[in-house]
Amino acid sequence: MAKMRMVEAIRAAIREEMHRDDRVFCIGEDIGIPSGFGGAFQATLGLSDEFGHERILDTPIAEAGLTGVAIGAAVMGLRPIADVQYCDFLFCAMDQLVNQLAKLHYMSGGAVKVPMVMRAPVGATMRGAQHAQSVESYFMHVPGLKIACPSTPYDAKGLLKTAVRDDDPVMFFEHKKLYGSSGVRSVKGTIDASGEVPEEEYLIPFGQAQVRRRGAHVTILASLLMLYEALAAADELAGEGIECEVIDPRTLVPFDYETLAASVRKTGRLLIVHEDTFRLGWGAEVAARIGRDCFDYLDAPVERLTAPDTPAPFAPPMERFYVPDAGRIIEAVRRLL
Amino acid sequence: MKVTDQIKISLFRTMLRIRQFEMAVREHFQKTDIPGFAHLYVGEEAVATGLCAVLNPDDYVTSTHRGHGHCIAKGADLNRLMAELWGRKTGYCKGRGGSMHVYAREVNLLGTSGIVGAGLPLSLGPAIHAKLNKSGQVSVCFFGDGAANNGTFHESINLAAVQKLPVVFVCENNLYATVTAVHESTKTENFADRAAGYGIPGVIVDGNDVMDVLEKADKAVARARSGKGPTLLECKTYRHFGHYVGEPGTAYRPQEERNEWAKRDPIRMFCTHLVENGTIDPEGIEAIEHEVEKEIVEAVEFAGNSPLPDPQTVAQHVWSGQ
Ligand SMILES: Cc1ncc(C[n+]2csc(CCOP(=O)(O)OP(=O)(O)O)c2C)c(N)n1
Ligand SMILES: [Mg+2]
Repeated sequence: MAKMRMVEAIRAAIREEMHRDDRVFCIGEDIGIPSGFGGAFQATLGLSDEFGHERILDTPIAEAGLTGVAIGAAVMGLRPIADVQYCDFLFCAMDQLVNQLAKLHYMSGGAVKVPMVMRAPVGATMRGAQHAQSVESYFMHVPGLKIACPSTPYDAKGLLKTAVRDDDPVMFFEHKKLYGSSGVRSVKGTIDASGEVPEEEYLIPFGQAQVRRRGAHVTILASLLMLYEALAAADELAGEGIECEVIDPRTLVPFDYETLAASVRKTGRLLIVHEDTFRLGWGAEVAARIGRDCFDYLDAPVERLTAPDTPAPFAPPMERFYVPDAGRIIEAVRRLL
Repeated sequence: MKVTDQIKISLFRTMLRIRQFEMAVREHFQKTDIPGFAHLYVGEEAVATGLCAVLNPDDYVTSTHRGHGHCIAKGADLNRLMAELWGRKTGYCKGRGGSMHVYAREVNLLGTSGIVGAGLPLSLGPAIHAKLNKSGQVSVCFFGDGAANNGTFHESINLAAVQKLPVVFVCENNLYATVTAVHESTKTENFADRAAGYGIPGVIVDGNDVMDVLEKADKAVARARSGKGPTLLECKTYRHFGHYVGEPGTAYRPQEERNEWAKRDPIRMFCTHLVENGTIDPEGIEAIEHEVEKEIVEAVEFAGNSPLPDPQTVAQHVWSGQ
């Protein structure tokens, strides 16, 4: 076992996959420049020295272009790990992602496979509305895209390796405040999400949620940064005798409804927390499913705690108000009981 | 445009205002008064200054993530600009925007931008508006060498050329996009050469020489105003600091290169020129420096003393009429 920060675990996964399989390569902006950052948050730091600048391929600032290039390469059987510096820039590449990447396999009647991964950092970090979004829900809506959202270094590594080997496209969302990036790329408000990662190889299958804390009174479903806020809230509520069961979905597509439903049948109450905005945020989909599947077991309507339906504001007190936190989770749990 | 001594002195003053504003931003970012990102314009002041000097107050400017200099050169109020960077209620965007999202409608500054390349197509909008209204206004679009490799560059310049829109495209080639050197992302020697591909004039400009910027901008703006269409100006320049405050900008830029450009500091060069030609004496320069310093101190005080926005109002301005 080795203790790793999230960004180190991601880098380790990329390294191992690149060593294992010559077809794997990275493509993105500022990812392999010597004396550069190794990508916006250092995920590929040092990898161009190890694998050469051809396999850590730097592109100009051209998200639509680099996404299309990766798709085309994947169609040819390569296994690209593409990335954008902030998930907000995925919108520059929407045609390639939604009309091409997600649909090629289907439209070709299965003739074409697109085994590519698109990594993208999410989350508000006081940089204003165009560097702050959580965009998982947009892509969850698109048939043909798998979605991972790891919250721990262990999961990040295991899920990324699975994503690289998957024959279908995977959107891989990472949270800026969980990376633990250092130096000039450190992010204000970062929380310590470092954790143990085994030396030996392991993979984590998609579609398996993880129960992070056991409890009998209420189920909280939360991913990425919100998982940590939920765990903090659960700690505090435990002091009052309220036991929360905290579940981390780990992947949104496919989604492990079984684990979640089993928990809700036990607790009778569900609070879903995400950093994305409310209207049609992924919590809405989950709430609808649980409302149907667990109808007879629910003691209260499914609750959702999310950012409000506004762009992310810039001013720090506004942003703190915008992003759900442990305090607001505690209030929401109390409302549910 | 006839460049009088008075105009020259005001060019100097504008560059100095930008420089000192940015140095204050740097200081207060480091003190964590300013959140988020701050991309400084230090070293590139001559570009925005020379360009905006030939504009009318009602001409339009579209800016970038490195936009404080464009705002100031276009006449933005230093207090409200500083306050926006501090996320204060008194800022241009009531603290909702920040450094990368400043809109100063009063001076027709139509946005700094967090999305590289996004300003290029946006800048055609004001130009179409001006054309349809026969107002004679011109739209100036600033963007970096990095943005020049985005698809929006091609779409925008081609369309503006075909429609003969009154746009001046200003590529601020500071030789790097974050850590990526121009030669890593671009095969042509000059971005200006690309203009030929769109059938418009392309002009290489010494972006550290405010008089060269002014002269060439003047021609491009006159051409746009007279209905002959866009021009692509490529201003060669250099940022003195890192990509943003906190990033030293030293690891990937050779020391020698940094030294060479430091010698070509646009403000120092112009100051020497003014004094040597007797446009102004050293006492005059000193007096301007003090005046600007005072303005900046005031802007910082204004920002620091301004209230933060009330978080409860976060939903205000999602829809118009709120
Ligand atoms: C669409 C998009 N991609 C990437 C980024 C991240 N980013 C911010 S500034 C920058 C470099 C811009 O370089 P250039 O256009 O040359 O402007 P400069 O910073 O040199 O002034 C990058 C890649 C972004 N903001 N938007
Ligand atoms: Mg540049």
